[in-house]
Amino acid sequence: MQITPLGDSALMLVFGDWINESIHRQVQTAWRALAAEPLPGVSEVAPAYTTVTVFYDVRRVVEAGAPENEIVNWLSARVRERLKDPPKSAKVKPRHVEIPVCYGGEYGPDLGRVAAQAKLFPDEVVKRHSRASYRVHLIGFAPGFPYLGGLPKELVTPRHAKPRMSVPVGSVAIGGEQTGIYPQSTPGGWNLIGRTPLRLFRPEQNPPVLLQAGDEVTFKPITPAEFAQWQEVRA
Amino acid sequence: MIRVLKPGLLTTVQDLGRPGYQQYGVAVGGALDAFAARVANLVVGNDENAALIEIAQTGPELQFERETLVAWNGGDFEPTIGGEPLPRDRAVRVAAGEKLVFGVARAGLRAWLAVAGGIDVPLVMGSRSTYRRAGIGGHEGRPLAAGDVLPCYGPGERSAAVLASLKVRGQRGTVWTVRPETLGQPAPAGVVRAMCGPEWDWFAAEAQKAFFASAWEATREADRMGVRLHGPELLLAPPREMISAAVNTGLVQVPPSGQPIVLLPSRQSVGGYPRIAAVAAVDIGRFTQLRPGEKVTFSRIPLVVALDLQLKRERDLTRVRLGLARLAG
Repeated sequence: MQITPLGDSALMLVFGDWINESIHRQVQTAWRALAAEPLPGVSEVAPAYTTVTVFYDVRRVVEAGAPENEIVNWLSARVRERLKDPPKSAKVKPRHVEIPVCYGGEYGPDLGRVAAQAKLFPDEVVKRHSRASYRVHLIGFAPGFPYLGGLPKELVTPRHAKPRMSVPVGSVAIGGEQTGIYPQSTPGGWNLIGRTPLRLFRPEQNPPVLLQAGDEVTFKPITPAEFAQWQEVRA
Repeated sequence: MIRVLKPGLLTTVQDLGRPGYQQYGVAVGGALDAFAARVANLVVGNDENAALIEIAQTGPELQFERETLVAWNGGDFEPTIGGEPLPRDRAVRVAAGEKLVFGVARAGLRAWLAVAGGIDVPLVMGSRSTYRRAGIGGHEGRPLAAGDVLPCYGPGERSAAVLASLKVRGQRGTVWTVRPETLGQPAPAGVVRAMCGPEWDWFAAEAQKAFFASAWEATREADRMGVRLHGPELLLAPPREMISAAVNTGLVQVPPSGQPIVLLPSRQSVGGYPRIAAVAAVDIGRFTQLRPGEKVTFSRIPLVVALDLQLKRERDLTRVRLGLARLAG
């Protein structure tokens, strides 16, 4: 692992330069170890595909005992110590979350496009998309938006040349090799194949998100009638 | 209570932001120039993190329903109070029913207006900042609109003491001022200090040279997430793709267009473009005031100097805080 400054208020821990399961596990372990009990002066810790970023407040790092001309080295040493000896509270078993999805129709206007690209019938696309198991690599782009790894290769579909002005909340989509779920209505260029009635961003709860980095995700096909029922339960 | 008579272009309630949630894709956000906001709050006797009003480009018209103390700083919107000019960087008395009018920005682009006690909007995820992308925080998760009414906390002890002494002397505002841009060791006008970014080595030698040698022009493409600059095309040698990684406020990303973007506090939590440089935290506020067409150059400093500048500015602010406590007491 390398530690690189990310400006004068963060350090970036780099675990590799490609995406794979082993690097993902290292990122997860480091993130949990640093987030479980924050180091002095550290304001937050965020994981990405191959990196973990440690944001700090320089004033508080100095108050915690860092010599003024050795702030980064001092903090890097604390980070390395912590990673060698993580607190017990950092051990979290990966969760499995099942996401109900109503595929196709008005909820998945691009299911046909993905099927044509894959040379499959739409119901075969649904079968393959919902049979696979996905890993949440990181939450980013928008509040609660999960970047999922594990899309079956045959379902890889290029993004739209012209993004939609507004993608409906809960849309399950494929963009290149990635699949994800839109927690807010935003512009977006991914292929919409279905929609989930679950809320991914829940600011009134802690944590305010349904999915977190490290979670394992599967999709479960539901009918439009079941979709409507879910929404009633929610309301 | 503050009644919004006219909302202005993009007037929002902000505090020092919502740290701790970037791991869930939530921006820190908050006042774009956090230091300016902290100073405005201190001047009216508030906690540095009290919720205040951020103003952009065209200011609002506000009516105060009870007597209070206000302070503003940032860009110059030629504000008036009951028709008279409202002096900047000092605590100013507002009578019940008086109208505070911010015009169009004549210099800079944004200003911060603190009100004694702070604005009383609900805490969402630990902050009162408006976060439009998620529709949370501030006043109903959105910019202010005509007819909105903002409840405020009552003035604290220090604010009340300043207010009382102004009234006794029949003065509108305090004689003393605190100008945020004089604290620490400010860079000369038109210059921002920056360090090399994590992907500095990815850039062609000409791009590295051009970055620190050129005058960069601010474009119209600027919002709370970032400011796009215009200048020489910064190219990678050889071209390559980056895996999305966390970003930080002040980082300078270069998309394939070769035109850099300086990230501001409402930025996304991850980015996929090479990061050529990082603006020193003490100079990030400069990018919140750049008007389209204005130029900046980057001056290269080492990380230790950037950290030292932050500490110096914090020490200056501590002195101001102690001085103000004495004044009010």
